[in-house]
Amino acid sequence: MAGTDARHLWRKATESKLFFPLTLLGFILLIDSILVPGFFSFQARGWNLYGSLIDILRNASTIMLLAIGMTLVIATGGVDLSVGAVMAIAASVAALLMNPYVLAKELPPHLMRLINDPNFTFQPLWVVIGVTLLVALLCGLWNGMLVAYVRIQPMVATLILMIAGRGIAQLITNGVRIQIFYEPYAYIGQGWLVLPFSLYLVAITYALTWLLTRRTAIGMFIESVGINARASYFSGISEKRIKMLAYVICALCAGLAGLVASANVKTSDANNIGLTYELDAILAVVIGGTVLGAGGRFSLLGSLLGAIVMQAVTTSMYALGVPAFALQAIKGMAVIVVILLYSEQARSFLRNLGTKTEAGP
Amino acid sequence: MPEPAASAPLVSMQGISKSFPGVQALINVDFDLRPGEIHALMGGNGAGKSTLIKILTGVEKSDSGRILLEGSEVVVRSPKHAQALGISTVYQEINLCSNLTVAENILIGRQPTRFGAVDWKRMNREASGILLRVLGLDVDVTRTLGDYSVAIQQMVAIARALEIESAKVLILDEPTSSLSSHETEQLFEVMRRLRGRHVGIIFITHFIDQVYRVSDRVTIIRNGRLVGTFDTDSLPRMELVEKMIGRTITEFDEVSKAKASTGEQIGAQPVVTAKELGLSGELYPFDLTLYPGEVLGLAGLVGSGRTEAASLLYGLESPDSGSMEVGGKPVGKFSPFASIARGLVLTPEDRKAAGVVEHLSVRENIILALQVGQGWFRYLRRPQQTEIAERYVEILGIATPSLETPVKNLSGGNQQKVILARWLAMNPRVLILDEPTRGIDIGTKAEIQKLVLSLAEEGKACVFISSELEEVMRCSHRIAVMSERRKVAEYGGDVEEKVLMHTIAGGE
Repeated sequence: MAGTDARHLWRKATESKLFFPLTLLGFILLIDSILVPGFFSFQARGWNLYGSLIDILRNASTIMLLAIGMTLVIATGGVDLSVGAVMAIAASVAALLMNPYVLAKELPPHLMRLINDPNFTFQPLWVVIGVTLLVALLCGLWNGMLVAYVRIQPMVATLILMIAGRGIAQLITNGVRIQIFYEPYAYIGQGWLVLPFSLYLVAITYALTWLLTRRTAIGMFIESVGINARASYFSGISEKRIKMLAYVICALCAGLAGLVASANVKTSDANNIGLTYELDAILAVVIGGTVLGAGGRFSLLGSLLGAIVMQAVTTSMYALGVPAFALQAIKGMAVIVVILLYSEQARSFLRNLGTKTEAGP
Repeated sequence: MPEPAASAPLVSMQGISKSFPGVQALINVDFDLRPGEIHALMGGNGAGKSTLIKILTGVEKSDSGRILLEGSEVVVRSPKHAQALGISTVYQEINLCSNLTVAENILIGRQPTRFGAVDWKRMNREASGILLRVLGLDVDVTRTLGDYSVAIQQMVAIARALEIESAKVLILDEPTSSLSSHETEQLFEVMRRLRGRHVGIIFITHFIDQVYRVSDRVTIIRNGRLVGTFDTDSLPRMELVEKMIGRTITEFDEVSKAKASTGEQIGAQPVVTAKELGLSGELYPFDLTLYPGEVLGLAGLVGSGRTEAASLLYGLESPDSGSMEVGGKPVGKFSPFASIARGLVLTPEDRKAAGVVEHLSVRENIILALQVGQGWFRYLRRPQQTEIAERYVEILGIATPSLETPVKNLSGGNQQKVILARWLAMNPRVLILDEPTRGIDIGTKAEIQKLVLSLAEEGKACVFISSELEEVMRCSHRIAVMSERRKVAEYGGDVEEKVLMHTIAGGE
């Protein structure tokens, strides 16, 4: 009887969406614990906790934010390549709002007179955040419109903003890297409240998105559209509005990630903020068990785990002294392994493995 | 017309059987093709035509039976192998490269070369020679294929198949469905020419007219069984239609009884009125009135406009002429969502592509439309969902391991029931059922027919579309006949089968 139960449990575990991300994460942490001394230790300074694990979580927070939004987009059968660029746009907008005088020097004289006080800003914080997220929302509407209404392939449609977005981010700050001195803003990225503050943002975003998709019908509609758009249309689901919503949420998450990233480096670096993050976010979602290309069933929690896996790989590589330029190649290898692991063959192999070992006398 | 050689057949398929999980697609079918004949292959949807062709071209393996090619037995391993054996297929969708020139398309893979480089002049010369010789077609072979009409493209495909792959057997799979009448005539010209060159042509079509215009013999398949092979000239149109859609097994007496007990509606207000509803290029304007408590059968062959009529009524496409009223209110916006809100729903012909959402569970599939009606934010609570799904699983007898099973794991008949459940949960006023029993086993078929009649008895109006005439007659209180994208006639439910067939065949 015990054998049957164990077999049943093993079966259930291997069929669970979270099985693979959790296994991968465990595997990476295991390697770290062997190779990096003191990997699991925490230090407390005052109330705040520090340590390698916390670093991984803190650095993963931008990818986690992106992955939450990306999950919904991928579930509708699409993809959003522009999230990195939207991060840069968000960073530029926020920095400009806090320090518009930097640009005033570049303006024609009659406009410059309007902003002639070097200390003029659009603070307080909520205005900065609100306006930035509004701009991100516009980016999402643009992507959503191209995909849902103009019916451009998602990859091509979002490629437009991926390329143009960095240009727009540069234009907003007129090519200048604006320094950020506003401390409340820096707290978004650097603050610590027992745990890093950005993790609370991730938790709140996750909770809101979960409530929005799982406590309303939206999650089911997203899955339905992703699995079979035609059948969904026949059932009366507005495929266009659902897709629009997914891209908007994705862009909002990217906007938030842009705030965190720029607050962390205290500058609007339009060239580097969020660069190639779209790929990490997509990978995080794929590791989390949502199928790229086919869409359908999604798991927000899986994507969060996927994001942590991505960051854990990066951090461990640095800890092991792998040079930054080799990192991309190693990530590439990791992707191959992940894709192989997720194949139906590997899954059934694992399942059978369980059955065989448990079936023994 | 050259008399087909009555000697050894070119291809002889003997005792072919094939079953797929849950379906017996072909049962002991014989088929033979003589050199220099045009042999029409006919049958309704799911009759087994395409399975037979797939076996001949190596796409599928038959469970039993054998294939003789020019008298000797062959095993066709793959489509490529079929080509090597001289069996070529030209599909409805053309699989050539429309961005290459005509000459390149014809000679691709064996371009003549000179000093290792392609000899363009010779290639163009050869290509136009082939087209002229084989098809009597004079076109500029240096232009890209995409510049030409679908008909010319199809002929280029034929030329390539014949000349390069030296095909002895040419299979044309519904080649005329996207052609204009002039282009069709052009294609027939080519087919007759090829007949003169002793090529055996298998011609798959749904159009009866064309069978009589061009074919020498016709083979009819129904429900996976061979009905027979006939000389086209000696087979009257009526008989052909009868053989395609005629009477089959009579296991459905109960259904007929159920129908008898539903009274004709007299004096009730119509629930749907369509006046001159049409969409140019799709369907000629038609009138339709539908009363509560009745089943209106929509009969006709595939491509006759039945499905188009259904999609106009359901708002999948907006009509460009005419008007429609549902429940006395004029319809302004045509969309599935608006139709559902009016209480008019449709179960689509293509269950897989447009009906079930495969990876969602039975429960989710059943409550899907109901939830759409509720909107995004008034999410049905889980116990409520389960209760509704449970109720319809029981009422319709849906065989499923559990409510959480992905619907793709269910059989075709049960999937159809899930779609029906999805709509019944909304308590609609009008149900349009497009081929609701296609590809479903006999038992479930009868169940669904009974269900349709009991729905009518409850006061719902149903439009019942089917390729099986017998089924339409059994279930309907009135029958409208579609032909050539028009509604051509309307009869009472007690109309004689002969009359119906006569109308469907387009008169004589």
